[in-house]
Amino acid sequence: MNNNNPSKQVVVALVENKPGVLNRVASLFRRRNYNVDSLTVGRTHKRHVSRMTIVVDVARTDVRQIVANLYKLVNVIDVKALTGEPHVSRDLALIKVRTDDVESRNAVTEVCDRYPARIVDIGTKYAIVEITAQEDLVEHLIDELRPIGIVELVRTGVVAMGRGVRILDTDYEPVNHHQTTGDLERYGV
Amino acid sequence: MLLSGSEIVMECLLREGVDVIFGYPGGAILPTYDAMTKYPQIHHVLVRHEQGASHMADGYARATGRVGVCIATSGPGATNLVTGLATAMMDSVPIVAITGQVPRAAIGTDAFQETDVTGVTIPVTKHNYLISDIHELAYCIKEAFYIARTGRPGPVLIDIPKDVQNEKIEFVYPEGEIRLPGYRPPTAANESDVFAARELINKAQRPIILAGHGIIMSGAVQELRELSERAQIPVSLTLLGKGAMPEDHPLCIGMMGMHGNAASNHAIQESDLIIALGMRFDDRVTGNLKTYAPHAKKIHVDIDPSELNKNVKVDVGIAGDLRTVIAQILPGVEGNTHPDWLNRIRDWQEDSSERDILYNYEGNTLIAAQVINDLWKYTNGEAITVTDVGQHQMIEAQYYPHRRPATLLTSGGLGTMGFGFPAAIGAKFGRPDEPVWAIVGDGGFQMTMCEMATAVQENVDVKIAIINNGFLGMVRQWQEFFYEERYHATPMVNPDFCKLAEAFGMPSMRVTSRDQIQGAVEFANSHKGPVLIEFVVEKEEIVYPMVPAGADLDKMIRRPKKGEKQS
Ligand SMILES: Cc1ncc(C[n+]2csc(CCOP(=O)(O)OP(=O)(O)O)c2C)c(N)n1
Ligand SMILES: [Mg+2]
Repeated sequence: MNNNNPSKQVVVALVENKPGVLNRVASLFRRRNYNVDSLTVGRTHKRHVSRMTIVVDVARTDVRQIVANLYKLVNVIDVKALTGEPHVSRDLALIKVRTDDVESRNAVTEVCDRYPARIVDIGTKYAIVEITAQEDLVEHLIDELRPIGIVELVRTGVVAMGRGVRILDTDYEPVNHHQTTGDLERYGV
Repeated sequence: MLLSGSEIVMECLLREGVDVIFGYPGGAILPTYDAMTKYPQIHHVLVRHEQGASHMADGYARATGRVGVCIATSGPGATNLVTGLATAMMDSVPIVAITGQVPRAAIGTDAFQETDVTGVTIPVTKHNYLISDIHELAYCIKEAFYIARTGRPGPVLIDIPKDVQNEKIEFVYPEGEIRLPGYRPPTAANESDVFAARELINKAQRPIILAGHGIIMSGAVQELRELSERAQIPVSLTLLGKGAMPEDHPLCIGMMGMHGNAASNHAIQESDLIIALGMRFDDRVTGNLKTYAPHAKKIHVDIDPSELNKNVKVDVGIAGDLRTVIAQILPGVEGNTHPDWLNRIRDWQEDSSERDILYNYEGNTLIAAQVINDLWKYTNGEAITVTDVGQHQMIEAQYYPHRRPATLLTSGGLGTMGFGFPAAIGAKFGRPDEPVWAIVGDGGFQMTMCEMATAVQENVDVKIAIINNGFLGMVRQWQEFFYEERYHATPMVNPDFCKLAEAFGMPSMRVTSRDQIQGAVEFANSHKGPVLIEFVVEKEEIVYPMVPAGADLDKMIRRPKKGEKQS
């Protein structure tokens, strides 16, 4: 994504799934005056690991600085800048548009046909359009729907993943503090 | 063994080898204070303000290389620690701060003395914890100490709700290694970087080493010296790097930066290779980045990868432990002499000597340079000096040459007034057999002087030298240079410091002329315990040289030579 905007970079981070981690990351970005375009966080297939995708504007800051500083956070397990490597990225948007006459309804349907978008809710006044695509495509769709009349819009922000054998994973297993036996194995002994 | 959370805290401190903690009690930490009574091996120092506790832990850590510990109650107790945590964070000092928190059920209800302390301290700690489960307590404390002292050291805070302190569990100490998936401090350099660094060093005509705090913290003093001597590379020091190389060593050319030695600043600007070791190109040492060391290739070694290419773009950036990395580079470094380069530096040094106020002063009042240079003389240059922030700090850096690492303790990164005196108390606890002098300004001392009570209660053998110029001197200097001498809010009507000392139960002496200095030092040394010496010095002195903020590093305002006009 964002090949048309070189000042945008995609950084992905694996973080411990613990309270406050998002706060630490947000605090870092604010403290270091980094410009965040979007930040998403969600669980992974491993219970203890969450994954963040952060789109940053690197006009002012070298992305290596951002990666190094993220990595400095103790709860950040691994970080990688994806830009420059083949990867898939997606943004999801829900867009509520006006459909209170025939023209608008037809216009929305016509626009959606030309995008990987679909109408997920439709009524006599408004429809909700859903699109999951690369960020720039989402933006184009929004531009085309705008003249029809957007009344509400929500986006998830970008999520991204390296293609092929580029795997960002961790074998991290948290310490189980509830075992109060003398079993030392859990401390890596 | 069934132990309460508070007892677990104490057990863990014992296992970390903690022998002293600095703190102040209050409701939310009372269970832990009560548990202390069962652990007399750990001495608790009652401070008079929690900021003092944080600086004492800091001073202890800087003086010993071990983790300093401070402890406070929730809310105001914890927020009072913040300045000390920020100070330690900026200067990479290992501290563990323990704070009480309101009981878990009350968190988020604006309970009495509730503050979101982990939230408040995220930006000023290396890491922090809010203990939500007593089963995690011991492990988190162990992890906290580990994180504080390893990699790039720094402060770590542990916030413990009161009910967790009271809860009891069967205690098993987490033996074995810490496992942190996202925390792997770098150690050695890779071979290609080592090779590249060596190449640059062997080829350089005008190399200079910039040695910082990292040399001292990684214990690389010997390696640094070997590198410098083998290839005859001059060494310039950051403020926190003082002690990394003996300052009477012919290759040590003193401090760099805003109030550094002119020779260092000139040498940096004319060098063709900068070897930056454990320093971070702070704006106070680089001046204008656009014109900084324009002819130099740059090698930068630091334990923190995020420091590389942060302020100054470098040719070889190595994230690693300095002692290891210098030892890796050394074997291929060729002997060298650089005679022309060293001579050029000598010339700059000679020019500086001609401007030295110590030899040119004609007034009959006492000046700070004389006080500090005489302190150096009468303490045989062997004291641990702990400064506050301001003109006296820079004058100490210029006129008290240090020979050993960790003998100058000062707040460099944050420039925290009020640091000096409490940090000196902490340092004395860490190195009880060495003389410790707090060299403080009349302004900064008043920020934490309540700790005189602590020093007296504990009979801490620290000597306080107040450099009393009746002004917030460093700010006055900026007003003189940059605000057309409008001395607003910098003159001070001060208390009688000697009477104050007396009121606190501390011997004191006032010095107003140079011939009294030696006697004063003898007087201070004759009392085992805290002593205050007030040096009444010239009010309107200026610290030269000075690189105005943001100016080119070699565009210094210099002290005029004899008979010369200020340029
Ligand atoms: C906590 C804090 N507040 C303000 C400052 C700004 N400041 C830097 S130096 C200085 C003056 C220090 O005066 P004094 O302690 O008398 O030392 P002097 O410069 O006179 O030697 C001030 C106000 C600071 N560094 N720290
Ligand atoms: Mg003063």
